[in-house]
Amino acid sequence: MKLCDRVFGSPVGAKMLMALTGLMLTGFVLAHLSGNLLLYAGQEKFNAYAHGLQSLGLLLWLARGGLLTAFVLHLYLAIKLTIENKAARPVPYAHEATIQASLASRHMVHTGLLMFAFIVYHLAHFTFRVTSPEIEALTPGDAYAVVVLGFSNPVVSGFYILAMAALATHLRHGVSSAFQSFGLYHGNLNVVTDKLGPIVAGIVFVGFSSIPVSVLLGCIK
Amino acid sequence: MDVTLHVWRQKNAKAKGAMEVIEGKDISEHSSFLEMLDTVNETLLSKGQEPIAFDHDCREGICGACSLVINGEPHGPEYGTTTCQLHMRSFKNGQHIFIEPWRAKAFPVIRDLVVDREAFDRIQQAGGFVSVNVGSPQDANCLPIAKQDADKAFDAAVCIGCGACVAACKNASPMLFVAAKVSQLALLPQGQPERESRVLAMVDQMKKEGFGNCSNQYECEAACPKEISVEHIARMNREYLRASFLEEAPKAGHGGD
Ligand code: HEM
Ligand code: SF4
Ligand code: FES
Repeated sequence: MKLCDRVFGSPVGAKMLMALTGLMLTGFVLAHLSGNLLLYAGQEKFNAYAHGLQSLGLLLWLARGGLLTAFVLHLYLAIKLTIENKAARPVPYAHEATIQASLASRHMVHTGLLMFAFIVYHLAHFTFRVTSPEIEALTPGDAYAVVVLGFSNPVVSGFYILAMAALATHLRHGVSSAFQSFGLYHGNLNVVTDKLGPIVAGIVFVGFSSIPVSVLLGCIK
Repeated sequence: MDVTLHVWRQKNAKAKGAMEVIEGKDISEHSSFLEMLDTVNETLLSKGQEPIAFDHDCREGICGACSLVINGEPHGPEYGTTTCQLHMRSFKNGQHIFIEPWRAKAFPVIRDLVVDREAFDRIQQAGGFVSVNVGSPQDANCLPIAKQDADKAFDAAVCIGCGACVAACKNASPMLFVAAKVSQLALLPQGQPERESRVLAMVDQMKKEGFGNCSNQYECEAACPKEISVEHIARMNREYLRASFLEEAPKAGHGGD
């Protein structure tokens, strides 16, 4: 009970949980990206991969359960901490200044909420396939066709790329910051952790955005 | 030199405050920032107006009494400097200078630029001490301390408790202050008996005071006049995690009976 209180109720524990759930979600994002890049291997391979995932059965549901728990906790803590932080300074400065805080670090909740909106749309689009009659009409097993059809629409692609920019910005600060939350700060270690955020952000942005761009350019069809 | 000051004026804790424009004429660029305010106050007094209230004591950068957010930066634009050690040569002739109090719910304004920083005292009282038995003092050399530990503890011990870290933080979080106190004692043998209860009690008190939470933006480190590193925040996070598993009920606050 005490331990539970210290994890959820204290500023230090909440940040560690934020970091843990954030890194779990990051792990998922990277796994998801490596799967998506199979689109470049062609329709057959990609659909086989998608089908393989579906046939994992219990394992898939366990992974989904874990992700959903991490996601809900992350969102809950983000909102709770943001409300507390706003309340801690009721009168703002007339002359605001920022000395060294990065842009990404100051907009974690904004990039986060944009991602939330994106995730809802994304699930409706690719998982539940309810965003348009054309998508509903596709063969159920043909994930490849859903992607190509979806990204042929420049508005859909544009929103997707915007969401990836938000995700990358979030991870640019978040991934490096998570190590500090766990108390992992050391001259030698920081050389790696300080760069890890920007590197992961770069991979995620270029990797995911390349897909709608390739579809629009006709490289994937 | 002449400067135009935009100063927060507030009669008392309950009154509604506002920014007021006050001209500072014929200021020596060799004067300190507080001496500049003294000069301005002389003028205000000679005109029968209320002088600007601000905190100060040692005026040599060691007591932690002076404060002031100057153009958005706690203790002004110079790195690693308290307001009392800041000089007017850091400003330009004719410049507009915004002077505001530390802004945090846990640091209520008492008057003009003076805020109540007792929240820090209460955090300190919650665990920032070592209990020592009465009797004749032990020979100092009986307690060997490794040089690197002594140095690290000293880096944390230089915290003067000014509160600039709270003022600078976008979330008004005092993590750097609390971390400096926890870290200093966790690194020294004298701090070991209360090592777990200390960090739990101090973090607990920090939360009760209504401060915000750390989001690793490191504004505190940049504003701290004693250049205390966020490395100490990481150490406090580790100490907190360790103590959460080791300690069942917080004992701190009981002293050494
Ligand atoms: C539901 C939408 C989301 C919201 C509203 C959100 C919000 C936030 C906020 C406000 C923080 C900063 C917490 C703080 O510094 O006090 C944060 C940190 C973080 N987020 Fe998110 N986030 C969301 C989704 C995600 C996703 C999908 C990922 C990963 C793919 C992620 C990864 C991270 C990481 C790694 C951190 C760093 C934790 C730390 O600083 O210790 N977040 N998030
Ligand atoms: S950590 Fe630095 S800024 Fe914060 S109270 Fe101590 S000396 Fe002041
Ligand atoms: S007046 Fe003592 S530190 Fe500035």
